[in-house]
Amino acid sequence: MILFILRRLLLAIPIMIGVAIVCFSLVHLAPGDPLVSVLPPDASADLQKQLRTLYGFDRSLPEQFFGWISRAVTGDLGTSIASSRSVTTEVMKAVKNTLILAAFATLIGFFFGSLFGFVAGYFRDTLVDKAASFISVMGVSVPHYWLGMVLVIIFSAQLGWLPATGMGAGGSAAWEWDWAHMKHLMLPAITMSVIPMGIISRTVRALVADILAQEFVVGLRAKGLRDFDVFRHVVKNVAPTALAVMGLQLGYLLGGSILIETVFAWPGTGFLLNSAIFQRDLPLLQGTILVLAIFFVLLNVLVDILQTTLDPRITRG
Amino acid sequence: MSPASSATSAVTIENLRVTFAGGAAPVRAVNNVSLRVTRGETVALIGESGSGKSVTLRSLLRLHPAKKTQMSGQIEVGGRDVMAMNASELAAFRGRVASMIFQEPLLALDPVYSVGDQIIESIQRHMKVSRSEAHARALKLFEQVRIPSPERRLAAYPHEMSGGMRQRVMIALALACEPELLLADEPTTALDATVQIQILLLLRELQSRLGLSIIFVTHDIGAAVEVADRIAVMYAGEIVEEADVRTLMRAPRHPYTQALLQSRAHGSLAKGTRLATIGGAPPDLANLPPGCAFAPRCVHVEPACREGSIAIAALGPTHQARCRRTHEIVWQHTAAAKA
Ligand SMILES: Nc1ncnc2c1ncn2[C@@H]1O[C@H](COP(=O)(O)OP(=O)(O)OP(=O)(O)O)[C@@H](O)[C@H]1O
Ligand SMILES: [Mg+2]
Repeated sequence: MILFILRRLLLAIPIMIGVAIVCFSLVHLAPGDPLVSVLPPDASADLQKQLRTLYGFDRSLPEQFFGWISRAVTGDLGTSIASSRSVTTEVMKAVKNTLILAAFATLIGFFFGSLFGFVAGYFRDTLVDKAASFISVMGVSVPHYWLGMVLVIIFSAQLGWLPATGMGAGGSAAWEWDWAHMKHLMLPAITMSVIPMGIISRTVRALVADILAQEFVVGLRAKGLRDFDVFRHVVKNVAPTALAVMGLQLGYLLGGSILIETVFAWPGTGFLLNSAIFQRDLPLLQGTILVLAIFFVLLNVLVDILQTTLDPRITRG
Repeated sequence: MSPASSATSAVTIENLRVTFAGGAAPVRAVNNVSLRVTRGETVALIGESGSGKSVTLRSLLRLHPAKKTQMSGQIEVGGRDVMAMNASELAAFRGRVASMIFQEPLLALDPVYSVGDQIIESIQRHMKVSRSEAHARALKLFEQVRIPSPERRLAAYPHEMSGGMRQRVMIALALACEPELLLADEPTTALDATVQIQILLLLRELQSRLGLSIIFVTHDIGAAVEVADRIAVMYAGEIVEEADVRTLMRAPRHPYTQALLQSRAHGSLAKGTRLATIGGAPPDLANLPPGCAFAPRCVHVEPACREGSIAIAALGPTHQARCRRTHEIVWQHTAAAKA
C-alpha cells in the first residue's frame, strides 16, 4: 500500500512540472506590462529599467522560468508587485481561507447530494425522484452568484440573521473556529454547495439505480436481508465513486469561485486571483495558479488512493 | 412408491401463475404450475430457454419485483404459506428455510464484500451467534464444499476466484443456515464439464448428508438424470410432463419431452439454443395461443389440440403428461437411440 502511494506521488511529479510550465507561459503570454500598476504614469525610463531589473523582467523567458521554478521548489514564490509582500504567505493565507469555504461547501453538497441521490435512485420514476432530480438540476443550472445575491437579500438584508460579506466581524481576515466566524461562512458555503450538490446527487442517483438493477441485489434479498441491510450494501457499492466525485468537486471549488468570493468578499484564492489579474501582479498570479494546480494534482492522487482502498476490484498495479 | 414420497411434503405448489406487467403486453411467464416435492427429494425442472423455470423457482422465495408482478395460486414450503407472508416473515424465511443457488455467482455475489463476510452476514442474519462463531461456521462450510485453503479464501472477493470456486461459495452460502429446501438455478451451466460433474456430485452428497429437498433447474438432461429423483418438463410456463427419472427417460409420453430427449442425442442443450430437432420457436408469452402451447411445433398435432386448455393426465403412479394424444403416442426408444 505504501509503495502504491509513493508510486502515485512520483507519477504526479511530471504532471506538476508540466503544470508549472503551462502556468508560467500563460501568464507571460498575456498582453500588458506587469509594472504598469506600480509605476507612476510619469515614471522616467531610468526608473522603469531599474524596476524591470529588480523583478527580473529584463531577462529571457527561459531564464526567468528556471529562476522562478528553482526558487519555487524551496517554497519561495517571489514578491507581490502590488503589495510587496511574500507571494507564498499571501497565497497560503488565501488557500487556507478557500479551503475552509470549499471543504464546508463540499460537505454540505455531499450530504444533500447523496441524500437526494439515494432517495431519487431508490424511488426511481416516482414523484419523490422527480422532486429530488428537479432540485439537483436547479443546483447545476442556477447561476450561483445570482443565488448568492438572493440569499444575501433574504438572510442578511431582510431577516438580518447572517452577515453578508467578509470572513469575520469587523473585516477580520484571521479564521477562528467559533460561531462568529461560522456565521460568515454560512451564506457563501451554502451558495457554493449547490454545484457539488447537483453533480453528486445526479451521480449517486445513477449509481444507485444501476446497482439496484444488478442481480446481486436479488441475491441479497434471497439471503433474507431486510431493506436496511440491502441499503448498506448499496452504500458500500456507491461509496468509492461518490467519494471520488466529491474529491474532484472539492478540487474544482478550491480554484475558488471568483464570482462567489467576490460577491461575499471572502478573502480566498478566487478573490486573490481576481485582484492579481486586475493589477497584473505576475508573481502573485503565477504563484497562486501554481499552488492551486499542485493542490488539485495532490487531491487527485488522494482520490485515487481512496478509491483503490475502497473498491477491491481496482488492483493496486 | 418410494419411501420418500410417503414422508411429509416439503414443497407444494398449486396452480401457480406469474404474470409480468409493465411491458407492452403482460408476459404470462408461469401458467398454472402445480408441483410437489417431498422431504429429501430432488426434482429437476428442465425445458428450453424462456420456459419459465427460473420464474417458477424465484416465485418460491417471492423474489419477483412486487410492483410489476402478479402472482396467484398457492405456495407452501414446509407447511408455511409463502404467499401469505408479510415482508418481515418473508425475510426470515428466505435463506433460512429455503435458499437459492444462483446460476452466475459472479453476478449474484456483492463485488465489494469478501465472500467470507457475505456468508457471515447470512449466518448472523438468521442465527443468534457471535461474529467469531459465524466465522468458524463459514470456515466449516468452506471445508464442506471442499474449497482448498478455506481460511484464506474467506477473505477473497468474488472476482478473485475461479468459476468453480465461486459456485462452491454460492453453495456454501445457500447452506449457511441449514435450510430445508435448496433452489438451484442452473448451478453448473457456467462451468466446464469436469467442474460441472464435481459440483453435481457435491450437491448430491450434501443432500443425502443433510436431508435437503432440492429443486434443480437445468438445461442439461444429463445433469438432471445425474442428480434428480424426479423430472418435470416445462414448456411455455406449464409443466407438460412429470415422472420419475427412469420412467421419463424410458417412456416419455409428451411430444415435447420426446423432442427434448431426441435433441439430447445431438448433444446437450446449450443455454439460449433452440431445439434443432423440432422446427419453430417457443410461443410469445405475451401472446399465448389457445389450446396446447406446443401445438404449432408438434408433429402429432390434430385440430382439437388448438382449442381449449388441456388437463394433465395421470399415466401411472408417478407419471403425468399434459397432452391429448398420450395414449396414441409411443416413444420410439430404439429409433431415438439410433439417431
Ligand atoms: N422480471 C421480469 N419481467 C418481465 N419478464 C420476465 C421477468 N423475469 C422473467 N421474465 C420473462 O419470463 C419468461 C420466462 O423466463 P425464465 O427466466 O423463467 O426462463 P428460463 O426457463 O429460466 O430460461 P433460461 O433457461 O434461459 O434461464 C421469459 O420470457 C422472460 O423474458
Ligand atoms: Mg433461467
